[in-house]
Amino acid sequence: MNKILITDQGAEQSVVEVLRFLLDNKKVGGVLTLRQTSKKGSLDYGLLTRSEELDRAVPLMPVMPANAAQILSSLTPAKKPIAAVVKPCELRGFVERIKREQGSLDNVLTISMTCGGVIPLDISIKTSKNKLTPKYYEQVKAGEIPENIRPTCKTCEHFVPMTADITISVVGEKGLDSTCRFILNSDKAASMTEGFGRIEDGGLDTKVLDDHLKKRQTKNKNLLESLKSQLDGLDGLVDIFGKCIGCHGCSRVCPICYCVLCDFESRSFDQNVTFYEEELTQKGALRLPPDTLFFHLGRLSHMSFSCVGCGQCADVCPADIPVASVFKKIGENTAALFDYVPGRDVEEDIPVMVFKEEEFKELGE
Amino acid sequence: MEKAFIPKITAFLCKWCSYTGADLAGTSRLQYPPAIIPIKVMCSSRVDPVFLIRAFLKGADGVLIGGCHPGDCHYQSGNYHTRRRFAILQSIFDSLSLETDRLRLSWISASEGPKFASVCNEFTDKITKMGPNPTRKNIFL
Repeated sequence: MNKILITDQGAEQSVVEVLRFLLDNKKVGGVLTLRQTSKKGSLDYGLLTRSEELDRAVPLMPVMPANAAQILSSLTPAKKPIAAVVKPCELRGFVERIKREQGSLDNVLTISMTCGGVIPLDISIKTSKNKLTPKYYEQVKAGEIPENIRPTCKTCEHFVPMTADITISVVGEKGLDSTCRFILNSDKAASMTEGFGRIEDGGLDTKVLDDHLKKRQTKNKNLLESLKSQLDGLDGLVDIFGKCIGCHGCSRVCPICYCVLCDFESRSFDQNVTFYEEELTQKGALRLPPDTLFFHLGRLSHMSFSCVGCGQCADVCPADIPVASVFKKIGENTAALFDYVPGRDVEEDIPVMVFKEEEFKELGE
Repeated sequence: MEKAFIPKITAFLCKWCSYTGADLAGTSRLQYPPAIIPIKVMCSSRVDPVFLIRAFLKGADGVLIGGCHPGDCHYQSGNYHTRRRFAILQSIFDSLSLETDRLRLSWISASEGPKFASVCNEFTDKITKMGPNPTRKNIFL
């Protein structure tokens, strides 16, 4: 049984009021939240230090203009306390970055929610805020999977945040328009929100969440089946990644891709005339620019086990390649080798950093 | 007369164990196929999975990593990391239905000249039966 904070306002407004409370009472020096950039509706993340700036805040908006894991990684270690409203996958991504010494949870109050999914960028940038969310919330409140969310969101089984200080109950909450429940998971959460409002005993509705999880699991199975037929050897790979133009956008927005200088951006892969001559001698012809599959396979081998399945990569892909689905599926397989779940526990080591003396006995003999 | 297919197998051999083992195979006059193209690395853990992917996509019919036996790494724990990385790459290849059998990890110590020869013979046989790597012909990659 946890302590929960209950408000008598709609969810979005309640979160804004909690953030206002934290700023006005100097519990935090700043809050990181989604906000509307302009009246015409573009959305972005903002770090706000004054509560007046909260009038444009839309903390629960189901969009992800950038992955907050990258943002939090660059903002921490925080010199002053900050509160951050982030989605579960963003929080998991941040934990993965912390494991790679690129961030810290110290001084950060993490506020997350049971996530109904994120609307893809190509829809959210074309649709005004008022038109964007009604159908979405109708389905989320009923515990259904919304139609117009990222494919990786439809199949995401980790929509209940694993390590957040505060979890806002959204999925399956029928009363979301008039009340909001904040589950206080940590002492930090309880002490920071003391004095805000009504506190009761309670928790998340596990039945509703389990039902929703089953729906997600079914979608995941279907996705795996459809991917299996596409990921059919070399030809299948060329079919999927054939359209890749090598912009490396996927790697740039990925919360996990953490290398300050990526191999694939370095001079090592800056091909020159000698390389082209070699390739031509061997193969007689050459696709340009080269190393398309190499980039994706290489990236898989470097970070797949930490992939949190946020779907940011597929969202930004100009060639509409289902990068996210492929990486998420492969990532689940490679992480499973070590019983690893990315973002589950900040104390858990990354699989490639540790080893057991007795394991994978069948390899090498 | 049609030329028999001789595969090209890139072998990353750690200097302290496998490369020395290969050398021993040579001085002991043990036969192993000309398919093997050795590349000396200081430790098998120097091998980034990207090397294997590069070799594979360039057209290597097989890729072999030779390292010290677990527990005997010259740098204490390098080969344990190699093992994990290899397991990850194998899993990626399996999930994508690429020919995982073209990748091989083998622990060969400095005194195991015969083992080096037999691993090479066996691996080359397998690769010869599998035929040339389709990436040889594929200019897309």
